[in-house]
Amino acid sequence: MSNGSEPSTPHVLEIRDLRVSFPTDDGMVQAVRGVDLDVGAGELVGVVGESGSGKSVTFLAAMGLLPKRAKITGSVKVAGDELVGVPDRQMRKVRGKKIAMIFQDPLSALNPVHKIGDQVAEMVLAHTDMSRSNAHDRAIDLLDMVGIPQPRQRAKQYPHEFSGGMRQRVMIAMGVANDPEVLIADEPTTALDVTVQAQILEVIQRVQHEMNTAVVFITHDLGVIARIASRVQVMYAGRAVERALVDDLFAHPAHPYTTGLLTSLPGRVGTRLIPITGAPPNMLKPPSGCAFRPRCAHAAAVCAEGDPPPLRPFGTQETACVRIDELTQVAR
Amino acid sequence: MTGVMLEVTDLVKNFYGKSSSGIRTTKYTVQAVSGVSFELDQGKTLGLVGESGSGKSTVGRCVLQLIKPTSGSVKYNGAELTTMGAGQLRGLRREMQIVFQDPYASLDPRMTVGSSIAEPLKIHGIPGNHEHKVRNLLDLVGLSPLHAKRFPHEFSGGQRQRIGIARALALDPKLLVLDEPVSALDVSIQAGVMNLLEDIQNELGLGYLFIAHDLSVVRHISDMVAVMYLGKLVEMASSEDIFTQPAHPYTQALLSAVPQPDPATERERRRVVLTGDVPSPINPPSGCRFRTRCPKAADICATEEPALADPGVGHPVACHFAEVKAMV
Repeated sequence: MSNGSEPSTPHVLEIRDLRVSFPTDDGMVQAVRGVDLDVGAGELVGVVGESGSGKSVTFLAAMGLLPKRAKITGSVKVAGDELVGVPDRQMRKVRGKKIAMIFQDPLSALNPVHKIGDQVAEMVLAHTDMSRSNAHDRAIDLLDMVGIPQPRQRAKQYPHEFSGGMRQRVMIAMGVANDPEVLIADEPTTALDVTVQAQILEVIQRVQHEMNTAVVFITHDLGVIARIASRVQVMYAGRAVERALVDDLFAHPAHPYTTGLLTSLPGRVGTRLIPITGAPPNMLKPPSGCAFRPRCAHAAAVCAEGDPPPLRPFGTQETACVRIDELTQVAR
Repeated sequence: MTGVMLEVTDLVKNFYGKSSSGIRTTKYTVQAVSGVSFELDQGKTLGLVGESGSGKSTVGRCVLQLIKPTSGSVKYNGAELTTMGAGQLRGLRREMQIVFQDPYASLDPRMTVGSSIAEPLKIHGIPGNHEHKVRNLLDLVGLSPLHAKRFPHEFSGGQRQRIGIARALALDPKLLVLDEPVSALDVSIQAGVMNLLEDIQNELGLGYLFIAHDLSVVRHISDMVAVMYLGKLVEMASSEDIFTQPAHPYTQALLSAVPQPDPATERERRRVVLTGDVPSPINPPSGCRFRTRCPKAADICATEEPALADPGVGHPVACHFAEVKAMV
């Protein structure tokens, strides 16, 4: 698990062999199939993957936000406390206090009939014995910190009076209200226009630096990853396939799937894009061995063998590609 | 294959609404598109970019007369569409088709893919058995002819978009309006659909009006790019010039806001982060509509609306203080 890309600070988030499956009429859907991740205090780790890669489910499981029927095994530790398998009552004390999460659609996460200030104060009151008026002052400070102009007046307004970007700022304020160790941001800027996205990314970075919060930033957008992440975990078919420092990932991706993502990105006119052929596997019956092999140009017999390959060190990176040594030799 | 195919002049589209507070009813006007002019050459792609509410999709629908413009002119190969009768317009519709963002919503779930693709042929009364044509279309968009017998739910998002494109091509159109055709797709799938659109254009010589909010996608596919803000064009130039030498402060801010998939570039870039949100098109700012968020705004911007003209930078810009800024 250790390589040059690990921070020297102790990990505030430790995920080990997390597995999540959902029963369906056709069998168990294996959404997450053994994910590991360590995040240090004040670190921003990007988790990138496409629809169905399991990137959101991994962290919904960590937050205890999946429906009861989901089968979850493995371990998620936040500042040393185990979160998998703990009773709801105990989980409620951790959620919002030690680990918080913000989502793509802030409107559905806000209560339309309560004032913004009251909703932020509610988060504070849920985890402290602060008085109501102190909690309200704290809420206004938080709204100010996330860049909401005239926070005292805006606190008296309702969610529908806020724009999409402003609502996402409110969600961030609620997320960090109790100074959590870990903030999970699940595609928080995907629904926003690019000029507003730039503002929200700055707010998240401010939180990361000023409060020394560990941030896990889930996105499908490699540009966003390049802007804000220091380390990146690439997910495919419920597994991590590559983990690297952000510069290494973009300069020399160490998994054919990562390479495929990068060559798919549109750039200048006249360059031909190189898509990844085929479609992601059916998670009811994922392929044996490497799940990417049906779409991989470099797949060989060895790729189909046994269990999904784990991440292993490769230079300063970690990769799950079993053929990476041969492939890089050919490339060089 | 040269010459102007589509000529849009002073296009205006207002939507009228009423809001009732219980005591009295107030009428309001949403100024979705406020005087937009551009041309599209045959076989070329004009990218129309802008954020939500900029009016870019409304322009696309007005071009095809799917909604009637409030005023202005839309000429297709010299023929004025805005005053054309329904019958005549119907004939021309064969040559102008649209592809939408969500192919699932635009395909009938109870119709086989083959009948969906053949439907425009039937509607336009083209005689004969369309099986052969459907097979060719499926082949053209990179699907198997066997897929004709299947239903939309059996396909992935990328495949459905290919079906939507096949249907749009059924009548051998000359002009395609592509309204966010790849924005619902994962990037690895999106690349395949982009390549397909390029191949089809090269093969069939179609003109594309490509509407999108994703600037890197627009840069990749467009010959010309027009940037919209709150119902107006603020800048128009070749794709290369818009992305490397933008002269409007909004274009510059927009470009600098787009994250580039290159960590080194991202660290070095100086960003113009705009404050605030896009104002409401119900009551847009006087003068230049961008002035409320513009770092260069001065008194003149509130009183005098800047015309879309070349201030000496080689392409039209609607700004009193237009100045080329080289972008990374």
